[in-house]
Amino acid sequence: MTTTANGLLEVDNLGKRFGGFVALENISLSVAAGERLGLIGPNGSGKSTLVNCICGTLRNEFGSVRFAGQKLDGLDAHERTHRGLARSFQLPRPFASLSLADNIRIPLLYTVVMRRGRHHTPREVEQRCAALLHEVGLGDKARRLPRDLTQVEMRKLELARAMASEPKLLIADEAMAGLTHSEIEDILALLLRLNEQGVTIILIEHIMTAVMSFSRRLIVLVSGRKIADGAPDDVMRNPEVERAYLGQ
Amino acid sequence: MRTPIFFLIWLAIGAAVFAVSLAIGNDYIFFAGYVVMQYVVLSTAWNILGGYCGYVNFGSAAFFALGAYSTVAIYKLITENDFYRMPMPVLMLIGGMVSGVVGLGMGYLTLRLRGAFFAIATLALAVVLQTLVVNWDFVGGSRGAYIIRPEQIWPIGNYVRYLFLIMMLLAVIALTIARLIEHSRLGYGFASIRDDELAAEASGVPTLRLKLIATTISGALMGMAGAPFPYYIGYLQPSSTFGLDYAVNSIAMPLIGGTTSWTGPLIGALLLGSLQQIATVTISSAVNLLIVGCVLVIFVIVAPNGIVGLVHTYLQRKPDDFVGRRHVEADVAGKVP
Repeated sequence: MTTTANGLLEVDNLGKRFGGFVALENISLSVAAGERLGLIGPNGSGKSTLVNCICGTLRNEFGSVRFAGQKLDGLDAHERTHRGLARSFQLPRPFASLSLADNIRIPLLYTVVMRRGRHHTPREVEQRCAALLHEVGLGDKARRLPRDLTQVEMRKLELARAMASEPKLLIADEAMAGLTHSEIEDILALLLRLNEQGVTIILIEHIMTAVMSFSRRLIVLVSGRKIADGAPDDVMRNPEVERAYLGQ
Repeated sequence: MRTPIFFLIWLAIGAAVFAVSLAIGNDYIFFAGYVVMQYVVLSTAWNILGGYCGYVNFGSAAFFALGAYSTVAIYKLITENDFYRMPMPVLMLIGGMVSGVVGLGMGYLTLRLRGAFFAIATLALAVVLQTLVVNWDFVGGSRGAYIIRPEQIWPIGNYVRYLFLIMMLLAVIALTIARLIEHSRLGYGFASIRDDELAAEASGVPTLRLKLIATTISGALMGMAGAPFPYYIGYLQPSSTFGLDYAVNSIAMPLIGGTTSWTGPLIGALLLGSLQQIATVTISSAVNLLIVGCVLVIFVIVAPNGIVGLVHTYLQRKPDDFVGRRHVEADVAGKVP
């Protein structure tokens, strides 16, 4: 099992139960700054639960999460976002009554503007919203409502909103689900661009071609346990992973 | 438009309305106008939590009554013993503070609940407070309390005119606060809570803190609206102060006007409030709630986003119209705040 010393994100023996059901059991992982990590596993393996525990949407019962050297346990989700942890949701959750520009404006106002502790003019905020939307190819739809977007555009909006908080780490939870091949290429290109800008990315995905082309390291979860962690090619040759995906 | 300019414009409009009412020379205008202005404040206050944040509060009457009974308590303590007649603005501030603190407390206890559960909890608050007041003899208990209103006040004359004037000023303040919130970071935070609380948290919005701010402001404004009520009505009893009228009207008026901007509650309160006052003198006050119910049913079917939403839907037909929070009502199926 590979772990990275002094990583940006350190998860130590994380555990989560829902009643009698063990969703996560002793999960330990480390993600280094600038890394591109793929997180895979069959449905119900605990990927989203792990993301929710890392991001503060769910409280882990056991273990701890450290981010950029600070303990995150007990912090609310918004406090974790302030510290530089951002996520996109498996099913896009846009602010439906707000324009795309306003969707971006909210994380911008509540993280970057607050974090820097200086007054931003509305014009500066407006420009930053426009730039972020332009970066994901939605520049011409800034004043539209999310209901006007296609599936891929909705995914891009999710990513743009996550990026608006200027995170150190982005967790993209099935950002390509339900997209066509060319749309997947679009999202992949976008994620790679963000990574080149210095953002560490954890990609949770079922589309293996996308995961394999994007990830430098792969972690596999099965039934709430980590069964493999390493280079993508090595992990895919792991007999336990083959068994989990293809059966006995 | 800058907030001070907005405030001054509405102050000027209020002064003009007052001057016209004086010119008409019928004191009933002030009696009726007071009630309409009171509903402008109540519906604007309700909308801060219910419309902006999407948390439906059925306990408006409780906050209103808290303001009213604060005034009664102070009257019993100070004025009735001939010590000193406290100025109405001070009574309103005290009523606002009491209701604001209760709003904060209620928020802290109930804001982890959502949807119908939160609404039921606010309804329970009204029942609990009414029971407390009914059993509190100092403020009259179930017998009610009499407040002797001064006949005249310098330089306005009739005290009811003064009450109307002061309620109109409170309405202008409430509208200014609502508009200020709407155009601020707080307003964007509230809107994100209304649309998706989980996504709001993930976007860095401290949702619990913002909801507490909303319940406090909303409660305080309702309490301020209730504080002059004993002087207006003269005889205060729990069944009327905690009455269904306040809870229903303060919800129905924003829903009919439109909930996502400060204009909605204003339009709804002016429309329904005036209609009720006309019905009171032409038919009977008993039909007031019937009117609200009928109008609400019509709007739910014809214009679920209220009058403001209807207007914006019409304007949106033009291709170059801006579509954004400040310019369009939410047209999201099932997103009833």
